[in-house]
Amino acid sequence: MTSKRRVGGAARVTGGQRFVADIGLDGMLHVKLVHLDCGRARIASIDSSEAAAACGVLRVVTAAELPQPMPRYGPVHDDRPVLAVGETRYHGQPVAAVVAESKDEAEEAAALVRVEYEELPGVFTVEAALDPASPLVQEPDLRPGDPLNKTNLLRELRFGWGDIEAATADLVVDNTYTFPMVTHFAIEPHAFMAAPKDAGVIVWTPTQNPFQMQRIIARVLGLPVAKVRVIAPDPGGAFGGKQHPKYEPLVAILALMTGRPVRLVLSLEETFQEVRRTSCRIHARTGFRSDGAITFQDIAGDFLIGAYADIAERVIAKSSYLACGPYRVPHARIVSRALLSHTTPSTAFRGFGTPQVSWAHESQLDEAARRLGIDRVEIRLHNIARRGEAFVPGDAPADGEWAVAVRKAAAAIGWGSPLGEGRGRGLAVAIKASATTGASYAIVRLHWDGSATVLAGTSDMGQGARTVLAQICADELGIPFESTHVVSGDTATVPFDLQTSASRSTVFMGQAVAHACQDIKAQLKEMAAGRDLKLAELLRARFGEVRGEVIGVGSMRSEHDPAHPLGGRPSFYEFTCTASEVEVDQETGEILLRKHVTVADVGKAINPQHVQMQDEGAAVMGLGHTLMEQLIVDEGGRIRNLGALDYRIPTTKDLPLEMVSLTVENADGPGPGGSKGAGEGGLMATAPAVAAAVTEATGVVIRDLPLTPERVWRAIQERRAGG
Amino acid sequence: MAVKVPIHLTVNGSEMDVELAANMTLLDFLRDRLRLTGTKECCDLGECGACTVLVDGRSVNSCLALAVEADTSAITTIEGLARDGRLNVLQDAFLAAGAVQCGFCIPGHVMAAQHLLTKNPHPTMAEIREGLSGNLCRCGGYVQICEAVRAASAPR
Repeated sequence: MTSKRRVGGAARVTGGQRFVADIGLDGMLHVKLVHLDCGRARIASIDSSEAAAACGVLRVVTAAELPQPMPRYGPVHDDRPVLAVGETRYHGQPVAAVVAESKDEAEEAAALVRVEYEELPGVFTVEAALDPASPLVQEPDLRPGDPLNKTNLLRELRFGWGDIEAATADLVVDNTYTFPMVTHFAIEPHAFMAAPKDAGVIVWTPTQNPFQMQRIIARVLGLPVAKVRVIAPDPGGAFGGKQHPKYEPLVAILALMTGRPVRLVLSLEETFQEVRRTSCRIHARTGFRSDGAITFQDIAGDFLIGAYADIAERVIAKSSYLACGPYRVPHARIVSRALLSHTTPSTAFRGFGTPQVSWAHESQLDEAARRLGIDRVEIRLHNIARRGEAFVPGDAPADGEWAVAVRKAAAAIGWGSPLGEGRGRGLAVAIKASATTGASYAIVRLHWDGSATVLAGTSDMGQGARTVLAQICADELGIPFESTHVVSGDTATVPFDLQTSASRSTVFMGQAVAHACQDIKAQLKEMAAGRDLKLAELLRARFGEVRGEVIGVGSMRSEHDPAHPLGGRPSFYEFTCTASEVEVDQETGEILLRKHVTVADVGKAINPQHVQMQDEGAAVMGLGHTLMEQLIVDEGGRIRNLGALDYRIPTTKDLPLEMVSLTVENADGPGPGGSKGAGEGGLMATAPAVAAAVTEATGVVIRDLPLTPERVWRAIQERRAGG
Repeated sequence: MAVKVPIHLTVNGSEMDVELAANMTLLDFLRDRLRLTGTKECCDLGECGACTVLVDGRSVNSCLALAVEADTSAITTIEGLARDGRLNVLQDAFLAAGAVQCGFCIPGHVMAAQHLLTKNPHPTMAEIREGLSGNLCRCGGYVQICEAVRAASAPR
């Protein structure tokens, strides 16, 4: 396979790529949201008369103007209201929407909406969420029949095997780790547009999951699925933040109310208030034999999710299920709690909980290695599952040469070679369960001239899905890459796809496209009827002057298994090994990354350049949550660092001096050519690798992220003070 | 209503006389009035660089500039780089290096790089990193972007 240039690349370097905010419709109205500057409030009254009378304003919509009872929605629980009713439950939850002829008029009128409200005490921390005296984040009737609905515990998940009580150990390592709230910060702020159409509605949204969006909007509006068309222009970065519905139901309702197209473009600050990664506190007790073998893992995770469930429960379930990492662990007990709070709903975010759990299990291994006097790479190689080993008993066994990946990363970072003054190295691994269930359908149309159109519902959010699907089609049909065209992002045009998530598209949609091509090839064989004809000759012979096309249909499905703790076996594991060398300035606490290595087991890289750009991108995103990123929530629940000025993500000046991205390829995945998914791994083990390097460089152990200069400096000072 | 101000400027080679609200940003003028949507809006604070354009050859965050300040100036946006449908050297280098993922930040990066190479035709890697430090990308690791700029600056 080769690195074909990105499909859609030319439009992206010439300004021709149209994102949702770039698409204007005739007669389009503009929406501005009204929100309160506090974490939780009781809404006493909303006076929108002045705003409604302002220049250019068509409507000011509050909960009272929406259908009753208030429509609620979510990917799993229907708990999120279209607008706040009676109470706001997180900083930035909208209480009203102003619809005006221009964005300036909408913005000016939004400032005229008078909201009388009383700020209420809220739940903003793990401790508060666990305190029975704390207020309830959700009304009990939002989760009818749920025995936990009078608590802030959305769900407690328990996994495990062996007998933790009977487990023995020569060494028990017992620590607590925290991981902060971080935000996706896609460079494209969220944008939504809707227009009434033929007794239905068209919604434009940069979503990763157009078909889920279609289902949810249809339910909210009481329309048949066929009357809701979701057009998903390529997202300008998504990272999980654009998977599930945000304000699509609102703009759809506003379009139907006004009978005109409406558009809502969020500011970056508002986008921060809509999506984030779940923060957590993980307590890990890990038993080791003196030779470094893990004897047990006893893990308790408290995940602070937001005011609405979104997909948080699934994030916590999938990551906690593999909270012991890719290791053989004879006895395991994993208890994870999803705790509701008066904060931004946490959602899917690249790695889907894995960076949080790997932060704990990898740091535990490092401490054990230090205390037992074992090399930190050796302790991993000692415990890591070998191919075919059921490291979670009864589940899909290890599907790669993971030890090879570890050795490759160790070699690339120069493990064991002499270190300069003030320097240290770290190495960590992580594993993520890929898609467990799901379905992708594809249609391939082989045209009479031998070119092909692929209809595939995968959203191309930067990962290059269209390029890879075009390569798979060209390869299967034996036609030039340049003769293919991939259509996506429109529920009225392309067949069903569950979602663009979990690094599943190369495997699921890739196979669906391959199967559709194989369907075409079977038809061509029948058409040839034994004649030895080239494709062009065969098509000319079959279609003649009337012309026509050969239509192939393909799919890949993985059915739900109610007996499995996750509803189905992972179709593959995404495995990563990260190694880092740092230099720490003992006087300032600043960390200089001298070299950073990632190794991804991708089965087979269909487009090696795309794999590298995804992997390096993930690595730098991981450096963000490791070194600098965190949303700071004050005692009133306000996010204090909204926006690009106060919330820093890595720039070119934060890069490691050297970055290396490597792959392990054994064609052992379930996708075309033996491929596996890729693109999340690069950030899954960043934090423990860098933190271990900092420990080697300074002697201090830090168990809270991010590793800001202040935090590192304080730790060094405390160590010096303590002798 | 804001005061309207007449200005004369050149955008991507086209001269124009326009009357604008005095408080309109250059970004809004380009995107909303001229429909040149290749210039992107993200942070609105001059921090992300997605809205970078060239004003008389200087790279400017168009979200921080008022359109009326561009009176008598020549503006170049991402749409103004390709000639007769042919990508310029930098645009082509970005594609060849695999620097482009979702593409939202790319117009800003290309414009910032264009400014850098005009000032300094053969920058070192450190100078490239410095020159692009005002532009955020979240998809990639910046490595390919910097590599693209280096490739575009190579003598040919």
